[in-house]
Amino acid sequence: MSCCVPTAEAVDLVQQGGIETDNEALLTLSRKLGDGTRQLEFAVPDAHCAACIRSIETSLMALPEVSSARVNLSKRRVRVVFDPERGPPSALAPAIRNSGYHTYVLDPSADEDGDPGFRELVKALAVAGFAAGNIMLFSVSIWSGANDATRDLFHWISAVIALPAIAYAGRPFFRSAWRAVRVGKTNMDVPISIGVILATALSLYETVRSGEHAYFDASATLLFFLLAGRTLDHLMRERARSAITNLARIAPRGATRVLPDGQREYAALKEIEPGMVLELRAGERVPVDSEVVSEGASFDTSIVNGESAPRSVAPGDEVMAGANNLGGLVQLIARKRSEDSLLARMVALMEAAEGAKTRRRRIADRAAAVYAPVVHTIAIATFLGWGLLTGDWHAALLNAVAVLIITCPCALALAVPIVHVVAAGKLFEGGVLMKDGAALERAAEADSVAFDKTGTLTVGRPRLFDYHVEGSHAEAVAVALARASTHPLSQALARALHPGDVEVTGLSEQPGHGVEAIVDGARWRLGSRAWCGLGTAGTEATTEVWLSCDGIARATFRFEDEVRPDARDAVQQLGRLGLPVRLLSGDTPQPVASVAAKVGISDTRAQLLPEDKVADVGRGRTMMVGDGINDAPALRAAHVSMAPSTAADIGRSAADFVFTGGGLSAVPLVIGTARRAASIVNQNLVLAIGYNAIAVPLAVSGQVTPLIAAIAMSSSSLIVVANALRLRIGRRSWPARTQTLSEAHA
Amino acid sequence: MSGLTILIPVAIGLGLIALATFMWTLRSGQYDDLEGASQRILDEDTDRPAFDPHQGGPGAQP
Repeated sequence: MSCCVPTAEAVDLVQQGGIETDNEALLTLSRKLGDGTRQLEFAVPDAHCAACIRSIETSLMALPEVSSARVNLSKRRVRVVFDPERGPPSALAPAIRNSGYHTYVLDPSADEDGDPGFRELVKALAVAGFAAGNIMLFSVSIWSGANDATRDLFHWISAVIALPAIAYAGRPFFRSAWRAVRVGKTNMDVPISIGVILATALSLYETVRSGEHAYFDASATLLFFLLAGRTLDHLMRERARSAITNLARIAPRGATRVLPDGQREYAALKEIEPGMVLELRAGERVPVDSEVVSEGASFDTSIVNGESAPRSVAPGDEVMAGANNLGGLVQLIARKRSEDSLLARMVALMEAAEGAKTRRRRIADRAAAVYAPVVHTIAIATFLGWGLLTGDWHAALLNAVAVLIITCPCALALAVPIVHVVAAGKLFEGGVLMKDGAALERAAEADSVAFDKTGTLTVGRPRLFDYHVEGSHAEAVAVALARASTHPLSQALARALHPGDVEVTGLSEQPGHGVEAIVDGARWRLGSRAWCGLGTAGTEATTEVWLSCDGIARATFRFEDEVRPDARDAVQQLGRLGLPVRLLSGDTPQPVASVAAKVGISDTRAQLLPEDKVADVGRGRTMMVGDGINDAPALRAAHVSMAPSTAADIGRSAADFVFTGGGLSAVPLVIGTARRAASIVNQNLVLAIGYNAIAVPLAVSGQVTPLIAAIAMSSSSLIVVANALRLRIGRRSWPARTQTLSEAHA
Repeated sequence: MSGLTILIPVAIGLGLIALATFMWTLRSGQYDDLEGASQRILDEDTDRPAFDPHQGGPGAQP
């Protein structure tokens, strides 16, 4: 089940301190509940069983300030009601973590409670189901031979049930049809509405004049089937939406402001004005484009510009919003408001990309554009033909309505959404979230794939790949020094080498430069070349770490960004699917070429600006896979796009698919599933049209009684649904599935 | 025929009761967490004192 989707990434996300420990930020995020208590929601992505519920709720309830804690396992969230008078909210997240679960606070504004559209659909579905079931009871009696007064009575009872039920349950269709007709367009809901309304009106007329046939059961059943399709469609999008909201970890919503008198105050993002002095702790992200004040600051800007190497920033230099502070406390002067920051410029670029892309129409809408006029022409022709040939205008009307009922696009309306629902379920098991069905149609059409480098093909974390050490003693010292630092290169070094037995004294770290310590009376330094006193030569200095003893070089370590383990497989699989793959990066040519060689991509482009990426993916039908803020416009401009769940918020919301779990194998999975789904959609459309090709001549020739209409409609819908389910049972990819499972539990 | 005058109102009445009950369950949020509900039944006695993770027990974490 989906409980195995949560990933190792959650660990990384949670380790970076952040907003959960900040009382003021938590209070601004919480919702007031009137009686002095407040409510916060936390995501608990790993919770998956009764014991999880219990340990999370128990550990929260043990806090004095918590008055209620309720886990929602479907959404993997916990809702906490607490009294700020009795204890600080910063104790909540640690309580959940202590019970053994990763957690982070959710932004209530990003997720309005419940979905009114969905509730309306479910209610309409219930009413239509009730009406269809009860009317069918009477219809079966009529078909089995009830006549005269009994038949009239049954027709009248059916009418009493059907009229209010159809008026209520049909509203979603009537509204959408009216919206389309008012602007002179047509969609699938137009023939549905006309068919249902005409069939009901005619049945009422027949009932009044004691006629033989009434189609109340057809109208109600039709609505029931159509609502079932629409509810499923909605359910799928709702699930993806709630899963994506869970991912939206709220990175800088504000920052600590330093007041002129030296006091600290929490300022929300919107309140930050140019000129304010801000203070960032290690691991916090820059809230707005700013100027650095402190000495020796160093930032991870990979999410901003795709460059993997940590960047040292001198006082007076500018840093972009979204950069992650790697050093200690850093003071900044805000230069721009949040709405003028880099993020806002990217949003403007995205809107431009959106406008340039011709709006592609969904396959169901294209079918409707052809279908509705054809159906209405046949119905009118039937009416005129029968009327003119036989002179019996009443029979003519009956037959014309029979045509409308039989062609009412029940199977056609189910043909597409049901396939999308099944495909979304399959992708969800593989750790991929799909935003809507149109994305699946576009993914099937993709003719090439473009990858971003940092954070997409690579995990965005440095790895030691080459080093020269003079003696094992130097190696042991290097590890000991590296362990003392939180810098990503030091951590990578400490992970890669085995610790030795050395005694280290007088450890000190100079953020942005390196670490220093005394070992056996000698002064050892680990850090940049300049820090070790070895000059400043060398172009790739930021991905190199030197070790010196009293100013003499003893070791060099070189790092590279670690490539995702299954990147090469994914690229090969895409090649087998017939898709050329290219690599687009904002990074310099040398690291780009080295990553490309490792994963087997020959077509690379380096040093691209976000605008260049937009232009590149805008041609043809490219699937873009990227993660950074700088990729967001390209993700929007591409024909179809994917982002890892670790991507920047803006990238995740721009992408059509979001993949959790570490694997790039999600990319061929999406394309393979999309292609199978597309072929099943086509089969379903052929089935639906084939059904019409048989049923319409019957209806035109006046052979369709309410009984035949009921049988034909239900069977065609069931066939379409059964065909869609083949996507699930056929060709299940067990190896891929077991792999995600083992990764999740690792 | 006389049987119908009783049976039909009874049948429709039962249907309406079922519909009203469904609407009530929907409104009172009983479908908000289907997965959680199916797991909570395994939690045998929520009215007992707080669960102690150190002592383990049937619901202890793996």
